[in-house]
Amino acid sequence: MMTKNIMIVGVGGQGTLLTSRIIGRAALAAGLDVKISEVHGMAQRGGSVVTFVRFGESVSEPVVEEGQADVVIAFERLEALRYAHFLKKDGVLVVNDCRIDPMTVVTGAREYPENILDGLSDAHTVYAVDGRAVALALKNSKVLNSVVLGFAARHIGFDEALWLDTVEKTVPPKTVAINREAFLRGYALSTKENEK
Amino acid sequence: MNEKQIMLGNEAIARGAYEAGVKLSSAYPGTPSTEISEYLAKYEEVYTEWAPNEKVATEVAIGASVSGVRSLACMKHVGLNVASDPLYTFAYTGVGGGCVIVVADDPGLASSQNEQDTRMVARSAHVPVLEPSDSQEAKDFLKLGYEISEKYDTPVILRTTTKLAHSQSAVTLCERTEVADKEYERNVTKYVMMPSSAIGRHKVVEERENRLAVDAAALPCNKMELCDKRIGFITAGIAYQYVKEVLPNASVLKFGMTHPISKALVEEFCKNVETVYIFEELEPVIEEQIRAWGFDVKGKELFTKQGEYSANLLRRVLYGKDEAVFEKADVPARPPILCPGCPHRSVFSVLKKLKIHASGDIGCYTLGAVAPLGVIDTTVCMGASLSALHGMEKGRGKEFIKNWVAVIGDSTFLHTGINSLIGMVYNKSTATVMILDNRTTGMTGHQDHAATGKTLKGEDTYAIDLAALCRAVGVPRVFEVDAFDTKELERVIRESVTGDTLTVIITKAPCVLLKGQKFASKCRVVSDACRACGACLRIGCPAITKDADGRMRIDATMCNGCGLCKDQCKFGAIETVVNE
Repeated sequence: MMTKNIMIVGVGGQGTLLTSRIIGRAALAAGLDVKISEVHGMAQRGGSVVTFVRFGESVSEPVVEEGQADVVIAFERLEALRYAHFLKKDGVLVVNDCRIDPMTVVTGAREYPENILDGLSDAHTVYAVDGRAVALALKNSKVLNSVVLGFAARHIGFDEALWLDTVEKTVPPKTVAINREAFLRGYALSTKENEK
Repeated sequence: MNEKQIMLGNEAIARGAYEAGVKLSSAYPGTPSTEISEYLAKYEEVYTEWAPNEKVATEVAIGASVSGVRSLACMKHVGLNVASDPLYTFAYTGVGGGCVIVVADDPGLASSQNEQDTRMVARSAHVPVLEPSDSQEAKDFLKLGYEISEKYDTPVILRTTTKLAHSQSAVTLCERTEVADKEYERNVTKYVMMPSSAIGRHKVVEERENRLAVDAAALPCNKMELCDKRIGFITAGIAYQYVKEVLPNASVLKFGMTHPISKALVEEFCKNVETVYIFEELEPVIEEQIRAWGFDVKGKELFTKQGEYSANLLRRVLYGKDEAVFEKADVPARPPILCPGCPHRSVFSVLKKLKIHASGDIGCYTLGAVAPLGVIDTTVCMGASLSALHGMEKGRGKEFIKNWVAVIGDSTFLHTGINSLIGMVYNKSTATVMILDNRTTGMTGHQDHAATGKTLKGEDTYAIDLAALCRAVGVPRVFEVDAFDTKELERVIRESVTGDTLTVIITKAPCVLLKGQKFASKCRVVSDACRACGACLRIGCPAITKDADGRMRIDATMCNGCGLCKDQCKFGAIETVVNE
């Protein structure tokens, strides 16, 4: 198979690192070669966080570069806009539809762009989900990443059973049931109707 | 045991140390090297510790090696500067038990103050360098490092980079090999580096390096792949992966040992390949050596000395274009910021109010340099905040620093700040030093240190009392203040900077992300009372944003309830609510 390139972007603290690890483990469980790479800047929180997962028969470099991503999973709208140019011509953009103002916007130095998703869907195939609402319906804001992963899973590949098995093996033991449910809710939402 | 696991580069290095029979590891945290020690601490067979700084860590590893066991020291590239004193002479003494020093470089500056290349230091210290290109090699090369160390009687540097340290790939696990302790023998001409011994050892160092350069041709970590002979690359480390990505059929000479390199391998490669490119991140270390031998190669005239390399960078140089399809959008930057509830924000808000300049240091609090807090004026290296402020006072007179303080974290203070403080006491400083004590090494992800009361292994230990330490070295005035008590902070800072007495102010509040930190309350904006003045925004808390109507909103999931915003509001529009 051709190497598949997944890029996960978000804001520090949103659980994007765990998401990349679940995808990587799923690929490994499917018998593929995998490389995962984390790019985290200076602080623990609040900065832009990027992770890459590449899997296939044999993978060389651990990062996904501009023009190569099959799927970009963005946990925030502005981050979707920031990294959309990493997509391939026919790549898919999966967005958790939420807004987190960066300090440059809070201080008034910059404006948060309007209508980001409409603009992005002119050039890309965009799927959006309000992961926070789903997580809050489950009364646990921390399972946001499992909701978004479930929503993105069909675009990454692998069957439902492999996904669930990997989620269960990767998340903290006490949170298996709630993460499983969160993944399934996201998975159920990932139908054509959500295309922007 | 042939189990395959997906492992972080740093985890694989720890595994390699375990498998190699390493008995001791000492380190100071530094991105991107920190996780090595954290993973290694999980193996009961290996004694691991946090040292106060990299010089100490290296000396501890040297002592263990001299006593006859395999030892390890880990640090980031700038940490090697601190450790360079022992390193240069360790190269002369050589080892007892094998010793490897892992040094993690940070091309691209993900979290560092410069982009220096460890191979340059290794070359001048005459220490061999191994460079892995994935997690499997990280483990294998570390083990090879011990064989080289013992066979050639030399410390060995394993050099990694951020991409290697922080990426994960498959690793096949092996069993640990227990290595018998070497019989200790007193040997003054080898281990006591006074001039009479060192003269002899310098000769040994040079002979060793020459021998290693010849033997390098047969080292298993150096690999020649002769494929398409029209184009070839001499490369090392993670850069090798970019070559394979772009030109899987090109010929490649991959150096696993980048210092010293094998002339015989270069000769053979250049004889077989028409056009040879040298593709190495940062400095032209391999290239300069090869050019000095007179080979016709292409290198740094095409490839930058700055930042991280990538496959697209290689494509742009070779083909004039990369694989990008879409234009990059112009998007507001999202710089890293202090967390909601961070005690540093409270301290900086007071300094900002008092219009005080800060001589800064290395840690999360370096973020106090940027908007909207913007109080830090200088940041150079660990410990420099105190000494630089001292230099300002002695250079410009004590009036010049009446609106200045030095700010340094607890871990950084114990790293090298204490030396600077001793210098200030001795040389009659009148400065104000603030130790921002958050009970951890925050920046690198919460490592314990000599004042936290816990070891790397998680055992209880004596916790150094910072205030008592400052008094003991002779600081005449020491205050301890709650970092969130802004009124008291303001009073103490005013009193200290205007006076003529050397003062240390220790601001106390644990890092908000420390495990077990619980907050009883959250802050909330009372919409009716909010006048949309924006005063609360000026503390730069990421939990506070402006709504469409201009009024403030506090994100309940982000707020940690520190109450600093409440202190800023003149209209009483922010209230504290008890956490459910």
